Formats: sequence, C-alpha cells, structure tokens
Amino acid sequence: MAEAVAVGADRESLGGRLRDIGFWADWAAVIGLVALVIVFGLASPSFLTLGNIQAMLVSAAILIVLAVGQTFVIATSGIDLSIASIMTFGAVVLGLLYAAGWPILLACLVGVVAAGLAGVINGTLVAKGRIPDFVVTLGMFSAASGAALILSDGKPTQVVDGFLLALASGSVGPFGYFIVVAAVVVVVAHVALFHTRFGVHVLATGGNAEGARAMGIRTGRVRLAVYLISGVLAGVGAILLVSRVGAAEPAINTTYLLNAIAAVVLGGVSLQGGRGNILGPVVGALLLTALTNGLTLLGISQYYQPLAVGVVVVMAALLMRYQR
Amino acid sequence: MTQQSGTAVLSTEATADALLVATGISKSFGNVRALQDVSVWLPRGQITALIGDNGAGKSTLVRVLSGVHPADEGSLTFDGSPVRFASPEDARTAGIETVHQNLALIDDLTVWQNLFLNRELVRGFGPLSFLDRKRMQEQAEKMLSRLSVNVPPIRSKVRRLSGGQRQAVAISRAAGWGSKLVIMDEPTAALGVQETARVEELVKGLRADGMTVLLISHNFDQVMRLADQVWVMRAGRLAAGRRTQDTDGEELVGLVTGAITS
Repeated sequence: MAEAVAVGADRESLGGRLRDIGFWADWAAVIGLVALVIVFGLASPSFLTLGNIQAMLVSAAILIVLAVGQTFVIATSGIDLSIASIMTFGAVVLGLLYAAGWPILLACLVGVVAAGLAGVINGTLVAKGRIPDFVVTLGMFSAASGAALILSDGKPTQVVDGFLLALASGSVGPFGYFIVVAAVVVVVAHVALFHTRFGVHVLATGGNAEGARAMGIRTGRVRLAVYLISGVLAGVGAILLVSRVGAAEPAINTTYLLNAIAAVVLGGVSLQGGRGNILGPVVGALLLTALTNGLTLLGISQYYQPLAVGVVVVMAALLMRYQR
Repeated sequence: MTQQSGTAVLSTEATADALLVATGISKSFGNVRALQDVSVWLPRGQITALIGDNGAGKSTLVRVLSGVHPADEGSLTFDGSPVRFASPEDARTAGIETVHQNLALIDDLTVWQNLFLNRELVRGFGPLSFLDRKRMQEQAEKMLSRLSVNVPPIRSKVRRLSGGQRQAVAISRAAGWGSKLVIMDEPTAALGVQETARVEELVKGLRADGMTVLLISHNFDQVMRLADQVWVMRAGRLAAGRRTQDTDGEELVGLVTGAITS
C-alpha cells in the first residue's frame, strides 16, 4: 500500500511545487514567455500595445501551424526536416497555378495537396522503406526545395489576389484571419492527439513501437499519417506565407524549419517520442516570435536574433532534463 | 525418486475437456529443428507450466501457440475446434493472449490507456469518434479490482510503476478481454521476492476465476507452488509430462537435464 500512496501523491502544496525543479521544467515555455513579456514590456513601451500584440500573433501563425505538424512527427519519435521546404514547394505550386489563370481557391487547394503528397512520400519511405526519418526528410528537404526552384525557374511569382489580401489583412474582432486559422489548426490537432484513437496510437508508436505492434497497432500506417499531417500543414503554411508576402518565392527558408523544431522542443515534447502536447509548442512558437519581435523593438541588430534563439532553446532543453 | 513406476507419467492423450491440444508439432528454422513432434495439452481452468533449459524449444512452442510462427507440421485444437493461426491477431481473436517478457507496455501512457491500447472505447461514429475516457477509466478500475494489494493507480503513467505493478497491468490486460487462455513468459524473472509473491497471487486469482494459464518458468519452486500440470521440454522434443501432485522439484530438475528419462 505504501507504494501506491507514494505514487498517487501528485497533489503537492503550491510551495512544495515551486521548490520542485520538475515543476519549472514542465512549465518552462510558459514561464519563459511570461518572463520575456515582462522584460520587453518594461524595456520597450510599444511592446505591449494592442497593435504590436496583434502583429506578433499574426507573424507567429505560420510558425504555429508548422510546429503543430512537426509535433505529430516528433511524437512518433521521428523528425521532419523537410517541413519548411515542403511549404516553399507548396507556395510555388500555388503561385504558378494562379499565374496560369487558375481560380485562387483551386490553386490553394492543389498547393496543399502537393505539399501533402510530399508528406506521403516521406511517410512511405519511413514506414515501408525503413529508412531513418532523419535521412528521408533530409533528402526531401533538398528535393522539395529543388523542385520549387526548377518549377519556378528560381524566380518569385507575384500573387496579388483579393482573397489572399483579405486573408492577410482581415480580422474577426481583434483577431486577424491568420490567428483564426492557427487557432483552428491548434484546436483540431489537440482533439486529434488527445481525444481520438489515432492520437493514442501516435503516442504509443513513439513511446514503444515494438509494444504497440505487439498490441496490433499498425505503426507503419501511423508513421505515414503523421507525415501526411505534417505535409498538409506545411501546405496550409504555404497559403499563409503567399498571402503575407504577396508572392510565391522559391527561396529556401531554414529559419522556419529550425524555429518549428525549436518551438516543439521548447513546448516540452521529447525528441525521443512518446510524449506529445499541442499547447506547449504553440507557447514555444509565441515565445520565439516574442523574442524576435522584442529584440527588433529594442533596436538590437537582427544578426543577434539567431544567437538569442539558440541560447533560449538550449537553456530550455537543459531545464527539461528535470521534467517529471 | 518419489515415483519410479509409470503411473505418474502424464499421457500426451488429452482429456476430453482440454482447452488447447497441440498434436505432433514440428518447426524448423533453416537447418535447425526447433521442435520435433511435440504433443501437449492444457487442461481447462488450470495452470500448466512449461519448463526446460535454454534452447529446449519452450519459446518456439509458445510462438506457435500464440500465432507468431505457424507450425511446419502438426495440428492445434482450441476450445473443441481445429484452428490454424497465421498471426498473433488470429490467436488473440480466438481467445489466446500472451504476456511477453517485455510486457508491451507504453511507459508514457497511463495505466488505463495501456489496458485499452488498440481497444479504445469511443463515442460517436466514423471520423467523429472520440475517446470515452470516463468509461475506460471506470472499466479499468474493474479490470484491476481483482488485485487485492499493490493496485497501480489507473491514472498514473506506467513509467512510475514498480516492476510488479507493471507485470500486474500486463497480466490484467491479457486476462481482461474475454480471453480463454493467457500465456505468460517468465512473469517473475525480473522481480524481487515480495513482488514475485504478489504476481503469483494474481496468477492463482486468474485460475480461481476459471482462466486457463500456460506459464513458462525457470523457477521449479514456483512451478511446484502454482502449476497443476507440467510439461518438460528437452532438445526440441517433449521430454515428459507430470501432474505436480505426483512429482517434486528434484524430479523436474532431473527431467530437464536429462538425468531422468520418463
């Protein structure tokens, strides 16, 4: 009985929890975000204005969508290094179809489908080809950006369209459409991960693939599905990106890739898989965006931003070793 | 020797109420003959032990019975009808659950999630089916209620459980799905004295509830404590069968090593 009591004693006093480093590790991203908001709020009067907060949320939207896709892959103990390249690829497909006179909605749809197909290729090679995730998606990273360059001949395509303009500038109340899109993705992903059989099987595949197979879970299908999700969300990110920039650019965007992984790590999702959580990576994405935004407002050269991101991510990873 | 005459020798002819009858099972892997003409049967509602040295063919026989490897020759009868298992899923559907040594538990999921792994209860239909957490947690309490002591908290992650509690979760899961036969591969190999005693109580509890159990064990004392019947394997063949009441640990050691031939 003594064992059962010890295991069940989860409810500690608040004071006890604050002294427990595990508590800080579990809440690292939230605490980091609050700390950044306080520091930048004190240092720069414009940081906490409504306008700046709205701007931050809008610029965090693409990162949030990508981080959610990355979370599903990482929860199965994989990693999608191609997520930003697939977004670029989807954006180029969208832009070229639009330039060829396709209706914008159809162009967006095909862009998402193209990105999803790239994800299916990733998933098939990982699940059926039994090639490590890292190698497959490193290959796709190169192949998708290569395809984007070939299709577009290396040139950006202007996409000036009423629908995409409205998407970038319109809002529901104080929340821009970008924020609405990101919020919908987050809610659907959260429900899928924690309230469906699929979500349990994702975590089981990442936690103990052999055990999951012994219980009859088709882990290959699960791996395929998470790469499909990652690809489709990269396609959604592509629509937001084209809408924001007003053009489809074939340039490789490694910042999005690294920040998407960093957001997931900051959110407390273990790279070993088996542990997942959607809100953590969202907070991680907000934290990274606030960091960049705050440094810009303080007039610190943008050359320092990657350095700051790197320091924050590694510090968070150190703290997470104490996660319970 | 307590028994010199042939009266104590258990016949490979199954009694009428045997749950599982394996007849003339042979299995080769390349040139290695892992099983040769093995015939055993499991009495319904009792605990049968399978013992033998490493490489004697215990594991291969278990894999044949649980559908992992189909036999090359021989036949299986389960619950009165002939069966052929092409996969572990087939065996599971028929009512045979296996608790492997690695337990197949997911450390970062809770106890109730592990109990319902790949058998999750949902509400709704089609793509709009959502986990019925409340009902799964309630049923998980019931599944674990047969454990009188050392009950793992169902909302706790499996990572936090002791070795005995993990074993209890894996066994409860195997026994909890209308299965008729539970096969356990060395369930107490990694456990301390107290935890071993608790797991043994759990196995006895299964028998009291009418479950048939096949227990693979290296521990002759445990076999004598728990089992009703013992099959001894040696070098890929069935060496002997005994009712535990007609034998003792010393004879079992002799049968395993080959010092005694039945």
